[in-house]
Amino acid sequence: MPEIDACALDDIDEEDLLRFDHGERTYAIYRMEGEEVFCTDGLCTHEQVHLEDGLVMDYIVECPRHNGRFDIRTGEALGAPVCVNLGTYPARVESGRVFVELP
Amino acid sequence: MGLLSLITIPMERSYSLTGPESERAVEAGLANADWYRSPIDRKVLKGLMKRSDNPAMRDTAIWLGLLLATGGIGALLWGSWWALPFFIVYGVLYASAADSRWHECGHGTAFRTRWMNDAIYEIASFLMMRNSVVWRWSHARHHTDTIIVGRDPEISGMRPPQLIIIGLNFFGIVAAPQSFAAIFRNALGMLSADEADFVPESERPRAVRVARVHMSIYAVTLLACIAFGSILPAMLIGLPRLYGIWLLLVMGLPQHLGLAEDVLDHRLNSRTIYMNRLLRFVYMNMNYHVEHHMYPMVPYHRLPDLHEAVKDDCAPASTSLWQAWREIIPCVFRQLRDPRHFIRPELPPGAGAPSYGPMGQAAE
Ligand code: FES
Repeated sequence: MPEIDACALDDIDEEDLLRFDHGERTYAIYRMEGEEVFCTDGLCTHEQVHLEDGLVMDYIVECPRHNGRFDIRTGEALGAPVCVNLGTYPARVESGRVFVELP
Repeated sequence: MGLLSLITIPMERSYSLTGPESERAVEAGLANADWYRSPIDRKVLKGLMKRSDNPAMRDTAIWLGLLLATGGIGALLWGSWWALPFFIVYGVLYASAADSRWHECGHGTAFRTRWMNDAIYEIASFLMMRNSVVWRWSHARHHTDTIIVGRDPEISGMRPPQLIIIGLNFFGIVAAPQSFAAIFRNALGMLSADEADFVPESERPRAVRVARVHMSIYAVTLLACIAFGSILPAMLIGLPRLYGIWLLLVMGLPQHLGLAEDVLDHRLNSRTIYMNRLLRFVYMNMNYHVEHHMYPMVPYHRLPDLHEAVKDDCAPASTSLWQAWREIIPCVFRQLRDPRHFIRPELPPGAGAPSYGPMGQAAE
C-alpha cells in the first residue's frame, strides 16, 4: 500500500480528528497525545455518517449521529448501534507530517 | 388491536414503518438525510461534548436514594392515606425520571464511564417497561429520521392527534400494556414487523434474553402479590409505570407536538422549553430538545450552555411549559378538523435558512 503524506501534525488538535479524502474514499486521521496518530475509515458503519464531527476520547471515537463508538486503534465497533468494525490503516509522524498507508 | 381501533381517530397517513408512507419517505430522500445544524465553533463544541462522571453520579445518587426512600416509606405506611404522597413521588421517580435516565444513558452521554451508562440504561429500561435492545435501535431511528412519517417509530403526536390515547396514556393505560405485550412477545422469541424493521438480525437474540429477564422479575412480583395477598409488590414494581408517567407526558409531549412533519430541520419540528431546576432534574435537561437533536453528543449537563451557543439561530424557546401547552392545545384541536395544520416556529432574523426538506410542506 502506498504511503501518503496526508497533513501536518499540527492540523489536528490533540484528542481530535481530521477528515482526509483520498481517491474515491474518505478517512479519519486521529491524533492522541504528542505524536500518536491513527487512521480509520471515515464513515460510521451504522448509517455512513462521517466521523469528522465526532468526539475523540480515550482512544475511542464517538459518531456524531447516534453516539456509536469505535476503538480507533483497532477499528472495533464497541456496541449498538454500531456492529461492524471500521477499517484501520497504518499511520505515523515524521518531521511534523502525518503519513498514512492507504489502499 | 380491536379495542385500540375503537379509540383511534382515523388518520389520512399511515405512521407504520412498514406502510406506504415509509416507501414514500425513502423515495423522497427524507430517510437518512442530511439535517440542518446551527453553526458552532468546533473548539466550543468539543468543550461542550466533554464527558464527566460527576454530575450524573450526583444526580443518580439523588434519584436512586429518593426512589428507595419514598418506596420504602410508602411500603411501611401501606394501608394508610399517608402512603399516598410517597407513592406519588415514587411513581414519578420510577417512571417519569427513569425515562430521561434511559434516554441519556442510551446515548452514552450521562457518564464518562461506559459501564455506568450501561448499568443505569438497563435499570431505567426495566422501569420504563422497554426492551433495552429494541429501544436502543428505535431511538437511533428517531434521531436519524425525526418526525419523518413512516420512518420515525417515536412519533407521539400523529395527525390528527390521537387525543383519547394520549389522554389515557397520562396514566399509561394504553402504552404500558402495549409495552408489556411487546416484551412478552420478545420473551417468546418474536419481534413485531416494526421492531424487525429497525433491530438488526444480529441483535435479536440479545433482545430475547433481555425480555426474559424482565418477564422473570414481573413473574416474581406477581407471585409475591399472590403470596402476600396484597397489591403492594406490584405498586413498587410494574404499576408505577402507569401511575407515575404523567409528568413525563406533561414535559415530553411538547418536544414535537403540533410542529412540522417531514422536515430536515430540528428548529421546525422540535421545541425547547425553559423549565425550573426541579423539572430539569427529573427530565435531565431534555427540555433543550432542539439542541439535543442537533448535537446528541453534548451531555445533558452542558445543554444549557449549548442552548446559549445556538439560540440566536433558533426560534425563541417557550418561556414555560404553560406557554408551550397554550400553543399546543389549540393547535391539536384544530388538527382534528384540519390534519394539515401545524405550528411554524419563527426563526429570528439572521438565522440559517430553514431546511424544509423535499416535501416542502412546511415552506407553504
Ligand atoms: S450513524 Fe454512526 S452511530 Fe449511527
